[in-house]
Amino acid sequence: MARSPYDVVVVGAGPAGLAAGAAAARAGCTVAMLDAATEPGGQYWRHPPGRLDAVADLHHDLTTYRRLATVVRTSVDLLPGHHVWTVARRTDGFDVHAVRDDREDVVTGSAVILAPGAYDRQIPFPGWDLPGVLTAGGAQALIKGHQVRAGGRIAVGGTGPFLLSVAAGLGTRGFDVAGVFEANSPLGWMRHVPAVARIPGKVAEGVGYGATLARHRIGFHARHAIVAAHGDDRVRAVTVARLDPGWRVVPGSARTVACDTVAVGWGFVPQVELPLGLGCATRVDLDGSLIAVVDERQAGTVPGVFLAGEVCGVGGAALAVTEGEISGRAAAAWLGRTVDWPHRLRRRRRAHRTFAAAMHRAHPMPDGWQTWLEPTTVVCRCEEVTVAEVSEAVDRLGATDARTVKLLSRAGMGWCQGRMCAYATGSLSSASTGCPTDPRPLAERPVAVPVGLGVLARGGDD
Amino acid sequence: MPFVPVPTSSAADVVVIGAGVVGASCAFYAARAGLRVTVLDRGPVAGGTTGAGEGNLLVSDKLPGPELDLALHSARLWREIADEVGGFEYEPKGGVVVAASESALADLNETSAGQRAAGVEAVPVSGTTLREYEPHLAPDLRGGVYYPEDAQVQPMLAAAHLLADARAHGAQVFLGHEVSALLRDGERVVGVVTAARRHPAAAVVNAAGTWGRAVAALADVDLPVHPRRGFILVTEPLPRVVRHKVYAAEYVSNVASDDWHLQTSPVVEGTAAGPVLIGSSRERVGFDRTFSVPVLRTLAARAIRLFPVLAGVAVIRAYRGFRPYCPDHLPIVGPDPRAPGLLHACGHEGAGVGLAPVTGHLLVQVLAGIRPDIDLGPFRPERFA
Amino acid sequence: MSDSFDFDGRAVPFDAGQSIGAALLAAGVASWRTTRRGARPRGLFCGIGVCFDCLVTVEDRPNQRACLVPARARLQVRSQDGTGRGALSV
Repeated sequence: MARSPYDVVVVGAGPAGLAAGAAAARAGCTVAMLDAATEPGGQYWRHPPGRLDAVADLHHDLTTYRRLATVVRTSVDLLPGHHVWTVARRTDGFDVHAVRDDREDVVTGSAVILAPGAYDRQIPFPGWDLPGVLTAGGAQALIKGHQVRAGGRIAVGGTGPFLLSVAAGLGTRGFDVAGVFEANSPLGWMRHVPAVARIPGKVAEGVGYGATLARHRIGFHARHAIVAAHGDDRVRAVTVARLDPGWRVVPGSARTVACDTVAVGWGFVPQVELPLGLGCATRVDLDGSLIAVVDERQAGTVPGVFLAGEVCGVGGAALAVTEGEISGRAAAAWLGRTVDWPHRLRRRRRAHRTFAAAMHRAHPMPDGWQTWLEPTTVVCRCEEVTVAEVSEAVDRLGATDARTVKLLSRAGMGWCQGRMCAYATGSLSSASTGCPTDPRPLAERPVAVPVGLGVLARGGDD
Repeated sequence: MPFVPVPTSSAADVVVIGAGVVGASCAFYAARAGLRVTVLDRGPVAGGTTGAGEGNLLVSDKLPGPELDLALHSARLWREIADEVGGFEYEPKGGVVVAASESALADLNETSAGQRAAGVEAVPVSGTTLREYEPHLAPDLRGGVYYPEDAQVQPMLAAAHLLADARAHGAQVFLGHEVSALLRDGERVVGVVTAARRHPAAAVVNAAGTWGRAVAALADVDLPVHPRRGFILVTEPLPRVVRHKVYAAEYVSNVASDDWHLQTSPVVEGTAAGPVLIGSSRERVGFDRTFSVPVLRTLAARAIRLFPVLAGVAVIRAYRGFRPYCPDHLPIVGPDPRAPGLLHACGHEGAGVGLAPVTGHLLVQVLAGIRPDIDLGPFRPERFA
Repeated sequence: MSDSFDFDGRAVPFDAGQSIGAALLAAGVASWRTTRRGARPRGLFCGIGVCFDCLVTVEDRPNQRACLVPARARLQVRSQDGTGRGALSV
């Protein structure tokens, strides 16, 4: 019944989406929920189909997941395997267009709740395009969702608390982890003790990760980074080095670490193309990410559009669930249903947002990483555009902003449409031009996932 | 409070407003002619319609008349620029116009006969021979015409290289500077003003494309340039699947239509970089940037009708642009008698890339006091009164 | 006894629920395509379907994301070069 008009259509079945759909359904709305994966849970609660228990030890807060999944399965039309490529406004609501296998499904709702989540932010470094180099999220997806070893010896690098979670999971699964190389300093946490202390669970979580790393004898190296990967047909070793506060390599500190797999992550990039396509206002968050502007009810600036989770600011799963619970109620209230507004929701959201802000401040991204690059380093993986070619777009061809760099160099024009390289392209552009980057043009993707021409032509008719 | 004078540049021979492909061409020819040139744009190079173009250099879609004359001359100039400057994926690949019905074929043959008489190379192609030109074309098309003089460029690279060449010949370029007013000496236009400085000049060229009307209004003259929205679908990278620019015969009548409503006609071409570009649509919806799913569906369906193999190919990107459209479908090129010192170079509607070099070349002839190679009468700015 | 799919003529075992990409990595295969410009090898990168590095040909359909396609017994999976669409070239 994927084409019946619904009260609420939820995009995303991760922590935020599940909470939003459950809340809207509990308030009496008819709800459809679309997600690209075959199982609900998003990235955070990713698990092999039907075998959550096999990976339960890698997970947090499964009680919440099980509760939400049960509500959703009984009171929401869950549409798995649906890749949403656009959400369009109608006079009386919204059409959510999704590709499923070889067809398009169009699901209509009076209101939409967008909870599309985020993916790992990447920055280039020499050799990052070698096979065996994965994102931190990719490494975790392999162990959470697919129960595999990615390779023999793995080096983990980047910045952010997510690295600890990934490394701890890898250690638990018996990987030989060559080390965790965190570009920032853990002392950054100390400056934000009040924010951390408001969420005691986070302290316990951090301590837990530390204990796991110690148990598996995984070295944690602060102010270090993987600055190059080496190999022929796959990565065989990396260069790690100590960084100064600006992220430039401290001379003489570089050393080689043998490994055949690398997992790198530098925070997260929210997927904002759907709200952008609807005309919702966006702004730049503390971590440099473009996020949707929402009010205290998680409403976007377009009436009938609500948003929850990473798309409103990277802040982790617990915040996402809280925002989801608020947005589900808000959508129901907007449609005229009576809802309750427990104080705990606003309290929790405030506490989690404060914590998230503290995490962002503790894990800045100074642009010294640009000094690790060679002219031949690939910036855009899809189109194989190098640092030299990006520079040429500015220096020789007169590009004054990141979008023009994209049009002239082809960085961001390939299959992934700049998801992997937009941050780097924007940073390199503003470093060359001296002008700050507006991230909006690079974040607009009217076609959010590839759509077959035949699928597009046939359209939502059966 | 002390008076702080706005910085004033030394006088230029010409200020060009607009760093799209037309403005860049004007600057290119002016700088090479030894004129002191200043280019201004409130945005980046190719930030307007040029950044949303396909890069068409067509003679095939022009009926005999003034615009065809421009197109033939411009095609020759593009070849020269490709040799001289290069770097923008110039491909003299030729165009194939196809007809799906007997009546469309009859119209096409009549049109091409007229074009041949006007000096265009146009080779009729039978239905059975079409697939020697384009192996992936649908087998049931009635016939077509091959136009060897059609070509393609990457338009943003073209504008950027033309502008870089102008810089190399002494042009000053100020990107991110919006012209807020014109400098006047009585009736004469003697330069422009931005927030940052004054730019006195003997002449000012309005090459602001779809925004040319707003620039003309700074001189209190009316220029009926209006936006005509178009969408383009971009496929995944492909090997060469389409050899020429291919479009359906009704494209020409769509361009000539005054209809407010949606006009679509399939246009398909490959690119050097790999993706196939699919158009075309024309709508007068002001500057509405919203993507229209029904229009995208129609573009997809029409493209598959011509090239069935595309049904299994993915669209990975779509973009939209606003063609600058004039009521009589001719561009506005030449000096404005209502505001001496002001010249216009805008309103090229879907032919801006193709006609940019000849526009720049003719305007520079005017600036140099030389009789232009092509009579600018049909393109005069004051013709709409 | 696990099922297997065919990758370039070799049998690759998988556990139920694994993606083709995960199974290939587990089998020690780090790359299964080459890029258009530099003919460089690529395999998994983001693992969640947003980077499009892991493109592979499945049942003669090119450019499928190996990290998203569930492994199934006797599936025909092939490495691919460049655009993956060489068969269309004219």
